[in-house]
Amino acid sequence: MTLVVPAVSAPRRAGRKPRRDNRFAAWLFLLPALAYIGVFFGYPLAANLVMSTQNYTVKSFYTGEAPFVGFANYAAVFDNPLFGTAALDTALFTAGSLVFQFGLGLALAVFFTGRFFGSSVLRSLLLLPWLLPLVVSGAVWRWMFDQDHGVLNAALRFVGLDAVPWLSSTNWALPAVILTNIWIGIPFNLVILHGGLRAIPASLYEAASLDGAGAWQRFRHITWPLLRPVTGIVLMLGLVYTIKVFDVIMVVTGGGPANATQTLTTWSYRLSFQDFAFGQGAAVGNVLILVATVFGLLYLRSAKATLAEAAA
Amino acid sequence: MKAGTRTVAGVLTVAVLLFPLYWMVNASLQPSGALLRPDPAFFPVDGTLDGYRKALSSQGPHLLSSVVVALGTVLVSLAIAAPASYALAQLKVRGGPALVFVLLIVQMIPGIVMANALYTVFSNLGLIDNYLGLVLADSTATIPFAVLLLRAFMVSVPKELTEASRVDGAGYWRTFFSIILPVSRNALVTAGLFSFLFAWADFLFAVTLTTGQTFEPITVGIYRFVGNQSADWNGIMATAVLAAVPAAVLLVVAQRYVVAGLTSGAVKD
Repeated sequence: MTLVVPAVSAPRRAGRKPRRDNRFAAWLFLLPALAYIGVFFGYPLAANLVMSTQNYTVKSFYTGEAPFVGFANYAAVFDNPLFGTAALDTALFTAGSLVFQFGLGLALAVFFTGRFFGSSVLRSLLLLPWLLPLVVSGAVWRWMFDQDHGVLNAALRFVGLDAVPWLSSTNWALPAVILTNIWIGIPFNLVILHGGLRAIPASLYEAASLDGAGAWQRFRHITWPLLRPVTGIVLMLGLVYTIKVFDVIMVVTGGGPANATQTLTTWSYRLSFQDFAFGQGAAVGNVLILVATVFGLLYLRSAKATLAEAAA
Repeated sequence: MKAGTRTVAGVLTVAVLLFPLYWMVNASLQPSGALLRPDPAFFPVDGTLDGYRKALSSQGPHLLSSVVVALGTVLVSLAIAAPASYALAQLKVRGGPALVFVLLIVQMIPGIVMANALYTVFSNLGLIDNYLGLVLADSTATIPFAVLLLRAFMVSVPKELTEASRVDGAGYWRTFFSIILPVSRNALVTAGLFSFLFAWADFLFAVTLTTGQTFEPITVGIYRFVGNQSADWNGIMATAVLAAVPAAVLLVVAQRYVVAGLTSGAVKD
């Protein structure tokens, strides 16, 4: 008899009790994360918005006083000729990085879909530049860009060309940091696009080959259209990440020479932490957030479309 | 293209793309004087470990600081992310999907904005130049990532498994510890690895939230080393090699996890 009691009461308990403590327990599990998000995202972002309307200086940290100035910080930032420079550099840096790291990543991904000896080992070796701390990559490239002792100029001299003042010329510094960032971005594009390529059924290629389609036609009519959703995600993510690149530029050029590599991100850093104009730094930061959010939402839309397609 | 030709082409491609890394190791082994000759030596024939001696003596404490910060970030991230992922994946929570959306969005906030905001908050709380402060700041990047990655994994844990443990009388807490965590081991390793790598490589929070008075992570150490305009490229490159070690080790030891994390972070939700 006693054995029957739990057997009878258990389902009832299972039916009633979990529903009540489910909600409560679930919230307990979520509580640390929610508290963290509130304290470390919610509050700072709100503070950043407030700060962008204040004259926040070093003194403010001691006195706690930061007079409200309305949109003066934004006005100062937009009036500053550096805003145009930084916006243009950000656009050039982002576009240049994306085009080449995607193009090279795609070419490598197509190359590595072929099965050959050493394929997967070589492919994983190519991940290394992506896993390295950006400061390390930046330092290495800075050494390679060295005007007198760098290996790039040694190579140029070897083939009879003139040495290039990579980091001291306002014309060459931006291409130099873009080149560095392309190198860093190739592995990411390679891995994601490789995954996308592997998902395309081999039977399609076989059928196309039987119909006499050449390699280019197979790429044009099968690979490219079927890869499109993954392409969208890679480019969107690349965009969102590249707009806010900081480490690479700081280590390779520090934003110079003469602001030739100053982007919105490095400028925001400079305003806040070198000029101690925290209000203006926050204003530039908020402009960046706006840009990143627009592209971020586009990314989420394309990601959703891909997920829906994958599920269908 | 024949398979053999492809292998050769592949090796050549990898050699070209990884040349900067070779160049870093090469420079780390050559005396500073040799590095400043007009024609660079392609092999460290007059090799020296001087660079590594200098790196360890001047940057050793910074390497250690980075280890502490990175391990701390792993602990904090997993401790906060794992329970949250369990709730989002297995327990029906109202507002769960909204929270997932919030986590996706906050990953897109530029780090410089977080640094700017956290600096003012931390200076009020006395968390500048503080290990805990840097760990908590680094976690702003790793927690959203870890929650999304762990949730994606835990969704696929069969409900039969957790319901069986519930019927056996285990509470949520027990189910979480004795069922969910053990079966999620691989996902936890992946999330932990990425948290470690991020915190190890972080430069932005490290340079804004420390002043170098108490401690300084290795990334800031390299930055200051490079910025000194010193011609000591041998020492700088040796430090860079040491800072690259965790990434190289992880690639060899845990390659499977790295690729899994890279793709799940980007393509899956």
